[in-house]
Amino acid sequence: MLCDVCQKNDATVYLTQIVEGKMQKVNLCEDCAKEKGVSDPTGFAMADLLLGLGATQQIEHGGQPAQKCPVCGFTQIDFKKTGRLGCSACYDTFADGLANLLKGMHKGLKHTGKMPAKLSRRFAMADRVKSLETDLKKAVKNEKYEDAARLRDEIQKLEHELQA
Amino acid sequence: MTFDDLVTHAGQWLRGDGPHDKIVVSSRIRFARNLKDRPFPGWAKKAERLKILGEIQDQVAAIPAMDNGYNAPLQDLTALQKQILVERHLVSREHASKSAGSAVVISHDQQLSIMINEEDHLRMQSLLPGLQLREAYKINNEADLFLEDRLPYAFHADLGYLTACPTNVGTGLRASAMVHLPGLVLAEQINQIVNSVGKIGLAVRGLYGEGTEALGNLFQVSNQTTLGETEEEIIERLVKVIEQIIEHEQNARQTLLERRANMLLDQIGRAYGILGNARAIASKEALNLLSVMKLGADLGLFPESTQLAVDELFMTTQPAHLQLAEKKEKLSPEERDTLRADLVRAKVKKIPEPDIAKVVPAGNGNGKKKDK
Repeated sequence: MLCDVCQKNDATVYLTQIVEGKMQKVNLCEDCAKEKGVSDPTGFAMADLLLGLGATQQIEHGGQPAQKCPVCGFTQIDFKKTGRLGCSACYDTFADGLANLLKGMHKGLKHTGKMPAKLSRRFAMADRVKSLETDLKKAVKNEKYEDAARLRDEIQKLEHELQA
Repeated sequence: MTFDDLVTHAGQWLRGDGPHDKIVVSSRIRFARNLKDRPFPGWAKKAERLKILGEIQDQVAAIPAMDNGYNAPLQDLTALQKQILVERHLVSREHASKSAGSAVVISHDQQLSIMINEEDHLRMQSLLPGLQLREAYKINNEADLFLEDRLPYAFHADLGYLTACPTNVGTGLRASAMVHLPGLVLAEQINQIVNSVGKIGLAVRGLYGEGTEALGNLFQVSNQTTLGETEEEIIERLVKVIEQIIEHEQNARQTLLERRANMLLDQIGRAYGILGNARAIASKEALNLLSVMKLGADLGLFPESTQLAVDELFMTTQPAHLQLAEKKEKLSPEERDTLRADLVRAKVKKIPEPDIAKVVPAGNGNGKKKDK
């Protein structure tokens, strides 16, 4: 099975997440898992850190470099100092620790309010791609290659539009 | 629009014409928005902050509501001018401490004000008199719809609008109303209200938002959470709570009139006496006494025009406004207190004595009615 993120390497890290009764599965290769902070022990320590349970020692003793946002260079230490994040990408970089923090702060973990109209069209397209990919896998499994080819073309077309 | 124009034309909320405006002074809606993958203002280096400002400022100025508006980078404003904007609730205290790399754009009617590079790249707020949260939301939303087409907002499929502080993520919405609750304070019921509002996930704070005590019996009620509810749900819940607070305040005033009329009239009479004769008065005392005058006007003890006069004094007696009126860059606290007293005395002297007969039928007031 290929990694869901880079689609190049074999997936070796299988992540299952249940949010509000909805199960999400992600399969990652080692490199992508590391990049997303899944395999980084400090990624999990961060949850404690954010909740103020004093997990800083763990990071120091762990001897690993603190997790750093690839976009803006922000670290967990910076967050502890300021209580503010570095950029929007930090929400992905520190996603694991933030999920716990947000749970304690808010009514839910899923935004249900408005969204930019442009993006709502994009999200709809991305959802469509996901469901087509499921169909594609089914088609391949059932050896319906004509359907598979049609689905593949449609996915490619949508992905092309998404990138535009 | 120049800064002088801005100052001479007080915002509409100050003139206090809106539903329930006797108790709800103003309604405010604030959105926090950021650009995707760009460092937030607090983390960005100065050069990056200036660059982001350059990208945002023209778009903000192009919002139709900003036609003929006020638009200034913060380093162009003096400390006094910034303080004036804070006292007018047009910029936050935090924003006033910013300089190069931040800006403020204010609509001509002063209903809409957008801070660029405050804690987030964009903080847009609408301010209306009385209880008009839904209307303020509409104004903000229109500006938001204009900008979302032109700026790459940081938006996450699950987490919504991404903000520098995780407490604002999701809708990025802070809805708040400033309420004047002298009745509940005098009846010593205010703590109950503050506690019960706190329990349902709303915050109650003093006049100037975070970290200040309540002055002049003015409180700000706002939502605490921004993720997991729609904008409409947040606003409707707040409106419902504020309507209940209004009812409690009205009941408290009525009960005070029925059972403790003398205490109430004593407070109002003293406020009138002190404000009309003081030669030096500190800001805190002035705010608290003006609040009691406002209550007196609400109860009909003073002519209707008193309402506006008192509301204006709430604004003009604040430090920066006094300094501006005196055209002096620096005033000592003593000079300020004297100026404030002069200003208040001149206005209050024109107001006739409280007309007690308006609220207490003859022979049934003046302390003869006992608390039961």
